[in-house]
Amino acid sequence: MSRAMFDLLLQGLWETLVMTGVSGALSFVIGLPLALILVTTDRDGIFQNLAINRSLGLVVNALRSVPFIILLVAVIPLTRLITGSAIGIAAAIVPLTIAAAPYYARVAEVSLREVDRALIDAARAMGATRWTILRDVLIPEALPGIVSGFTVTLVTLIGASAMAGAVGAGGLGDIAIRYGYQRFETEVMVAVVAILIVMVAGLQWAGDHLARRIDKR
Amino acid sequence: MTGLKRPVVRLEGVVRRFSDRPALDGISLTLESGEIVGLIGRSGAGKSTLIRCLNGLDRPQAGRVEIDGTDITSLSEQALQPIRRRIGMIFQHFNLLSAKTVAENVALPLKIAGEPAAQRRAKVMELLDLVGLADKADTYPARLSGGQKQRVGIARALAADPLLLLSDEATSALDPETTQAILALLQDVNRQMGVTILMITHEMEVVRQIAHRVLVLDAGRIVEQGPVARVLASPQAETTRSLLRGLSPVLPQDLASRITAEGEQALIRVDVYGPAARQPLLAIIEGITGQPPRLLHGGLNDVQGEPYGRLFLALGTSDPGRVAAVVARLQPETTAIEVIGHVPRDV
Repeated sequence: MSRAMFDLLLQGLWETLVMTGVSGALSFVIGLPLALILVTTDRDGIFQNLAINRSLGLVVNALRSVPFIILLVAVIPLTRLITGSAIGIAAAIVPLTIAAAPYYARVAEVSLREVDRALIDAARAMGATRWTILRDVLIPEALPGIVSGFTVTLVTLIGASAMAGAVGAGGLGDIAIRYGYQRFETEVMVAVVAILIVMVAGLQWAGDHLARRIDKR
Repeated sequence: MTGLKRPVVRLEGVVRRFSDRPALDGISLTLESGEIVGLIGRSGAGKSTLIRCLNGLDRPQAGRVEIDGTDITSLSEQALQPIRRRIGMIFQHFNLLSAKTVAENVALPLKIAGEPAAQRRAKVMELLDLVGLADKADTYPARLSGGQKQRVGIARALAADPLLLLSDEATSALDPETTQAILALLQDVNRQMGVTILMITHEMEVVRQIAHRVLVLDAGRIVEQGPVARVLASPQAETTRSLLRGLSPVLPQDLASRITAEGEQALIRVDVYGPAARQPLLAIIEGITGQPPRLLHGGLNDVQGEPYGRLFLALGTSDPGRVAAVVARLQPETTAIEVIGHVPRDV
């Protein structure tokens, strides 16, 4: 493999990392509160509010049902508004976040719902405020699932970022398509796939490890 | 103290219905400060609903629930919080937070009460000392045995110096030996701290050991209540009798099968409790019949120092006059006496 090709792959790796990292962080910051709202505003939730719950659920479902490749194109006007451009890494982060935040919200929601109702009642019986229940019961008890759900979201984002590459965002996916597919450079294709496998495996390992460490059950 | 002491809990005509089936059907009761009251009933009798009404986790459709003089039935969730902080609760399945250490679990009610972190630690260690788990402060609940978890549960329930401790089947998931230890701990806590305890259980044995008073719940109604010794010695309601089965002796099958209407010796069943159980009953009987009676089955047990029991005695005679004299003589001493039938001399 030529020096130029090596540099190209290195840059692609960096771009993929940035896209995944930034949209992952944003998805966490947006998705976790969404999940908390979805769980606590539901029937018998500590902040029960069915109007908010149903409308938010509708929005999340709508976003979740649009295939990413279509979402990517559909949100271009919004992307332009936010980043000033429709191509490049920053531009890819917008659709990636819009797709991943609701996805992560649903994944985290499942973990939050698995927290034993009896624990919430025990905290209520102690006279805990709703915020205390959120901070001391709901989130800590669901944390292992919240972490492993985030790992799953990041892995999904790596895949999606390759698709974003197809519309000129750069990254490993872009390289694989332009060099590996369109120019028949099998070597590049193999290299990209290998890098992706190592990335995903490493990420999954780190996520599992962290989830196990915080799981005291 | 002047005037009347305010009851810790007072319920008046509490009704709670689920769809159309009433879980609580007009419950009125009072818990005085410092007493241990057992609330017993079969599963589905409404025990859990009743306990949930006491701290506002559930709301009755009718009636009053007064905690330390305040009617809580119409309070908002926020207004209930300061009242709930004065009620400790322990659960059958402990309900400890798995992500918090033992010390953090016990500290939670203090944190909720707004106690500063520095003071919390000292109080937590004091409580863990009380329940005998000082060395487990930094352990996570998953590493504790059931009995240890319940001790943590008790420490946590006591953290905020409650005036009332609610125990929801606290020993039902524990083995007999651990149950004894937990009951002894609750009794200690009651004596040392004077906290009022309401124990919900389906086990009469639990009530017998530590409760002062018992309430029997059936289909959402209190069907019997009174001092434990009195209720155990002479249960009035059918539910109480059936809950007591296994605790009071019944005649073994082979003996029961030999009872006949006529026979050599009259068989009587005598229920006694309190001072009556200390009377020389057998000597009294012998004085009337001229024959020593034979104890065929039964014996004495105790409820917090008070003896109570049931004796099956074969009198040395079947003469109706003498049997009637025995019954007449023992009637005032016993809570119940009954001629069951007759048995042969060799039974």
